[in-house]
Amino acid sequence: MDTFPSANVDLTVDGITHRIAVDPRTTLLDALRERLGHASPKKGCDHGQCGSCTVLLDGRRHLTCLALALSYDGAEITTAAGLGAEGMHPVQQAFLDHDGYQCGYCTPGQVCSAVGMLDEAAQGQPSHVTEDLSRPTTLEDLTDAEIRERMSGNLCRCGAYVGILDAIREAAGG
Amino acid sequence: MREHAYLRPSDPAQAVAAVTADPDASFLAGGTNLVDHLKLGIAAPGLLVDVRHLPLDAVEETDDGLRVGANVLNSDLAADRAVRERWPVVSRALLAGASGQIRNQATTAGNLLQRTRCVYFQDRTTPCNKRDPGSGCSADDDRAYGRYNAVLGASDQCVAVHPSDLAVALVACDAVVQVLGEAGSRELPLEDLHRLPGAEPHRDTTLAHGELITGVVLPRSVTSARSTYVKVRDRASFAFALVSVAAGIDLHPGTGTVRDVRLAWGGVAHRPWRARAAEDALRGAALSESTIRSAVAAELEQARPAPGAAYKLAMLRNATVLALSRLVPALAVDLDRPEEDR
Repeated sequence: MDTFPSANVDLTVDGITHRIAVDPRTTLLDALRERLGHASPKKGCDHGQCGSCTVLLDGRRHLTCLALALSYDGAEITTAAGLGAEGMHPVQQAFLDHDGYQCGYCTPGQVCSAVGMLDEAAQGQPSHVTEDLSRPTTLEDLTDAEIRERMSGNLCRCGAYVGILDAIREAAGG
Repeated sequence: MREHAYLRPSDPAQAVAAVTADPDASFLAGGTNLVDHLKLGIAAPGLLVDVRHLPLDAVEETDDGLRVGANVLNSDLAADRAVRERWPVVSRALLAGASGQIRNQATTAGNLLQRTRCVYFQDRTTPCNKRDPGSGCSADDDRAYGRYNAVLGASDQCVAVHPSDLAVALVACDAVVQVLGEAGSRELPLEDLHRLPGAEPHRDTTLAHGELITGVVLPRSVTSARSTYVKVRDRASFAFALVSVAAGIDLHPGTGTVRDVRLAWGGVAHRPWRARAAEDALRGAALSESTIRSAVAAELEQARPAPGAAYKLAMLRNATVLALSRLVPALAVDLDRPEEDR
């Protein structure tokens, strides 16, 4: 058991492991952006309300603004840039095809959130609007109402929701 | 943000010892509320004791129910097969709260220990007895933004409400909280975890400094198996409750009368509000919209709403009818009809 005035943290971001020394107050978002130069997770509200800082953390969609970097020592993080590192990810392609953005600021968070959400649905996780809790959900259950509810943690101030919904519906196979 | 030290203990006893020894220390779990408070200056601990990595993340079947570890994530608990089948109110409450990302980060115990979203508590420039004891209450004023205020059990010191949906569901399930302290472990009913504000609104719970929630036990029951959660909020998703209702029911198979019932309300008090007077009024009764409304009225005799929050009483009546009608489809209700015409 150690007390850290400042401490090292190992973060694997888009396949590359970094060790950095951080002040204990450093958020994961600031570590990614300011220390490691990963600009695709965006600082929108910085209070967990907008979703623009969303990444995939150990495979699940996760905010990085309400997380202290030291708590995530050893985490594996995939950013939106990492998703597209070897050619466009199908969800990214769908956002392009359906105009799922305007200014683009929320888009990396939207894309990571959509990828994580589709995985959750495929694994059978229900949502607030799921009528029947007794059986696991599948991607086929992703109605527009399901997609809207499951994506409610990602705000788009431009209001590109119609295109975002179309993109995610296509990515879900609908 | 104030500078703080960071400690990652390897077992629960070490975590308890570290926080107990330091009045300036705080547990850190998922961080979805506390890290925000660090940024806002609402919380400024000198030491954060990170309990997120402690091995308290199992959901285990026991002889008479389910034991949920303190670190089980909200999303995992909501999706748990046993919870969905035998405690659906818990799944429903969790799924009605926060966003997909936050549910992937927030823990079971952290959800219970989150703090009020009273706008004045969260605004460091205004007086607040909960944040700064003795400074006054900015919300208890007819000129204030009082839509979120409590209508039950408030004091002249504090009119804040508890924000957790999960806690309301757990109260309706007669859940038990397992706590570890320096003197050892103890259990208490979930209903006794949170407290009314009285003269000490800065204390949200009955826990002593350094006591750590290690798990929650869900006992099996007929009312929990037939249960649901109705949440009314300002927008369709990702918002805190104006009012909410956790309901469970057991009907007599022959007569259809109410053999047992559980009702707990959220968004109306400093703690989840178990509506015992309403339950008593319904037990043994033939379930109808009018018996439900009478039962709710019996509970609401204690209500003391300020004008800005008086709307919550009508909302509670309707939400309670709606919750029970979802459990008993034969109970035909028409909530589009104006309440005074019923």
